[in-house]
Amino acid sequence: MTQVKMTVNGKPASGEVEGRTLLASFLRENLNLTGTHIGCDTSQCGACVVHVDGEAVKACTMLAVEAEGADVKTIESVANADGSLSVIQQAFQDHHGLQCGFCTPGMVMSASALLKDNPKPTEDEVRHYLDGNICRCTGYHNIVKAIMAASGQDVSALAAE
Amino acid sequence: MPKDGGIGASSKRREDIRFLTGEGNYTDDINLHGQAYVFFLRSDIAHGTLNSVDTSAAEAMPGVVKIFTGADFEAVGSIPCGWQVTDKHGEVMQEPRHPVLAHGKVRHVGEPIAAVVAESLSEARDAAEAIVLDITDLPAVIDMKEAVKAGAPKVHDDLTSNLCYDWGFVEENKGAVDQAFKDAAHVTTLELVNNRLVANPMEPRVAVGDYARGTGDHTLYTTSQNPHVIRLLMGAFVLGIPEHKLRVVAPDVGGGFGTKIFHYQEEAFCTFAAKACNRPVKWTSSRSEAFMSDAHGRDHVTKIQMALDKDNNFTALRTDTYANMGAYLSTFAPSVPTWLHGTLMAGNYKTPLIYVNVKAVFTNTVPVDAYRGAGRPEATYQLERLVDKCAHELGVDPIALRRQNFITEFPYATPVAVEYDTGDYVATMDKLEEISDMAGFAARRTASEAKGKLRGFGVNCYIEACGIAPSNLVGQLGARAGLYESATVRVNATGGLVVMTGSHSHGQGHETAFPQVIAEMIGIPEDMIEIVHGDTANTPMGMGTYGSRSLAVGGSAMVRATEKIIAKAKKIASHLLEASEGDIELKDGAFSVAGTDKSVAWGDVTLAAYVPHNYPLEDIEPGLEETAFYDPSNFTYPSGAYACEVELDPETGHVTIERFAAADDFGNIVNPMIVTGQVHGGLAQGIGQALMENCTYDSDGQLLSASYMDYAMPRASDLPFYTVDHSCQTPCTHNPLGVKGCGEAGAIGSPPAVVNAVLDAMRSGGKDVGHIDMPVTPARVWAAMNG
Repeated sequence: MTQVKMTVNGKPASGEVEGRTLLASFLRENLNLTGTHIGCDTSQCGACVVHVDGEAVKACTMLAVEAEGADVKTIESVANADGSLSVIQQAFQDHHGLQCGFCTPGMVMSASALLKDNPKPTEDEVRHYLDGNICRCTGYHNIVKAIMAASGQDVSALAAE
Repeated sequence: MPKDGGIGASSKRREDIRFLTGEGNYTDDINLHGQAYVFFLRSDIAHGTLNSVDTSAAEAMPGVVKIFTGADFEAVGSIPCGWQVTDKHGEVMQEPRHPVLAHGKVRHVGEPIAAVVAESLSEARDAAEAIVLDITDLPAVIDMKEAVKAGAPKVHDDLTSNLCYDWGFVEENKGAVDQAFKDAAHVTTLELVNNRLVANPMEPRVAVGDYARGTGDHTLYTTSQNPHVIRLLMGAFVLGIPEHKLRVVAPDVGGGFGTKIFHYQEEAFCTFAAKACNRPVKWTSSRSEAFMSDAHGRDHVTKIQMALDKDNNFTALRTDTYANMGAYLSTFAPSVPTWLHGTLMAGNYKTPLIYVNVKAVFTNTVPVDAYRGAGRPEATYQLERLVDKCAHELGVDPIALRRQNFITEFPYATPVAVEYDTGDYVATMDKLEEISDMAGFAARRTASEAKGKLRGFGVNCYIEACGIAPSNLVGQLGARAGLYESATVRVNATGGLVVMTGSHSHGQGHETAFPQVIAEMIGIPEDMIEIVHGDTANTPMGMGTYGSRSLAVGGSAMVRATEKIIAKAKKIASHLLEASEGDIELKDGAFSVAGTDKSVAWGDVTLAAYVPHNYPLEDIEPGLEETAFYDPSNFTYPSGAYACEVELDPETGHVTIERFAAADDFGNIVNPMIVTGQVHGGLAQGIGQALMENCTYDSDGQLLSASYMDYAMPRASDLPFYTVDHSCQTPCTHNPLGVKGCGEAGAIGSPPAVVNAVLDAMRSGGKDVGHIDMPVTPARVWAAMNG
């Protein structure tokens, strides 16, 4: 077992882990931050996306020990300080960008990383950026809409419905 | 103007707040004090004699609590099947025993053989690697037609063959159907495969068993669409635990799509092991395990024929289908290719004579059961591909041929035992032609061709049967369950309500939509109403959520219970207002005396019910809580018409979905936003089936598509924005809300439109191949174009 220390959602966090413990498991099991979900074992689904030192990372592709000293942000840190939803979270609710909610934390974390790098993405850019995030419920329509709306674009004319 | 509350309003979902902030409570988020973890050692061969399981070395490994094998479950019941089909000879289906852990034989890759319970998951996994298995390989049967040949290796030695049943429907019609084919002016024949799929809810299955030695109470936390069904099946048939000592909790569930209806071995194991180990036992499926242990879907091989007269009227339809059951009968598997499939073969058409034959076959593969649509996508795909093929053989317009044969008068009794109450297939087709901009297709095709691409347009119709259904009818058809739904409405003293429903929400938004109904009925804000579901300890016995039944059946139970509440509240109000009960009206959350300005608020009446100082105690009891069980008198029949437009690259065979339009008739609609979202999700799954998803075995029974690296899940870039319309509404005539169900339509209605569009594109490139099987991958399309 190895001792790891990192900053998670602005607070110091530490724990004893095996060398093979994934960051996703460390967040869920050691820190009880269960908003980060695990939906596959091949780093395909993206339900576990978190931010490590400002970059979107699939927390199942990284060992907990690799995050030693890192600044990690999870879905639990995204809402505003008063508990209200962030702009991206609010857009997901407004545009019905989630159903069962299981892929949602990863979607929100990926979306916020996208908008940081590309504040006004096109539909095509959003869809391709989300290739690492699988949703089985929504058919992506409302997720794409929500992300474009969160970027301040008018989505009312994107699709008739 | 859109409504801002009640029935018809696109109320935002209240459940989103917890899901968006990481505060959902999914089963894997539950960790009980002192819990141990189980890892299942699963068969890596498809068929073999299990000679021995040597756990001695594994038991000495660090952290091991206890190791279980099939021998530990000899005194335990078989995983039960919930539906018994009677075949065309009047014989009941062959029904094999389904053990919790394999015993004597292994019958599919992924079947659990041993279970290691340890202090940590990694220790359990490490110890499982030290278990020594002695298995003698047996030849596997994978192909259904090979499996039913004389002399084929038997999946179950104690059954007479690999044929589960040979079902004929309607058997009495067979002679007349055959005669109609002899008399036909034209016969179209089509052979096709409905590809095997894996449902793949994003949340893998999880089970946590708990046992309280002091009271003898068992609790199972599980990823289920129907906790009461699991309690009944597991308690009564597998473990022998009465309902009052077994609580089943299905908290937030991350998608189901049918595959979380069924009772699985892992649930029984964790419940059993928690008592045996006297500590909680938790299992979390990996995605790889999910691929080889979640029930699969579809997997039909069909020959279908249509007979037409000289005027292109459909005169008879007959089908021969082989339906894969896999190695064991999953909970509702036998019903899917029969009563959920044969009864829908009329589709939207007035074909007077229909005969359906289904041979259900055991193979050395994962069990197959209901997946979004369950039988109805298989029926729709065959029929709508066949009708398109008819049109092209006859040289007539596919939409015109459909319109000519539409059922136009309702109620309509089909020749396959069901009666459609309402529908307007002309209206949905008209709407489809409008929203798909059919008129603009020629110009879009020209634009594609200018880029060197082919463009195709395909349509289909669909009808489905939802809201399953009258208990007495399904009982006659072989269901070993009732199919009612329940609701308890508890009004609190200060006027708020809690609805305890037997339905279960795992993405459908019941916590938002159900309150809209009651808010409308009483005239109070939606946020005064809370929905409780998913826990057998605090909800009435219910059958759960599948088959697009929640609002049609569960919502109806809630309406009935609320009607009882309102009736009693009116009695209280009449007392408070000193007026005749018949003169009391409820509107906007207040009871008034008709024709006067006398009124009393909802909250005053509810308070009186619990503080009955001024109250008609001689006539009615205090309190305001009512329960209703609703048993529908018929299925509901949503219908619609879908159009797909594809672009095909003849150089590579790659197909892209350029446009997709869906015109549905769901009857009345409670929350249009949620309904639209349900259609979107169904479309993505149907398009996924048509274009890319395929669960594949090799001839030895090895599962070749057991991860997201190998099983192609639709991604955002594979799909377009959809055009969805549900303004055509013919309300259901037999449930109080007039609703029909919308959860499966997208998955049922979309695959034939995609394939019809691909074939249209190929024809426009000069290649008429008649049919191409799903998934229409680039390799298949290219081979067909260049074959």
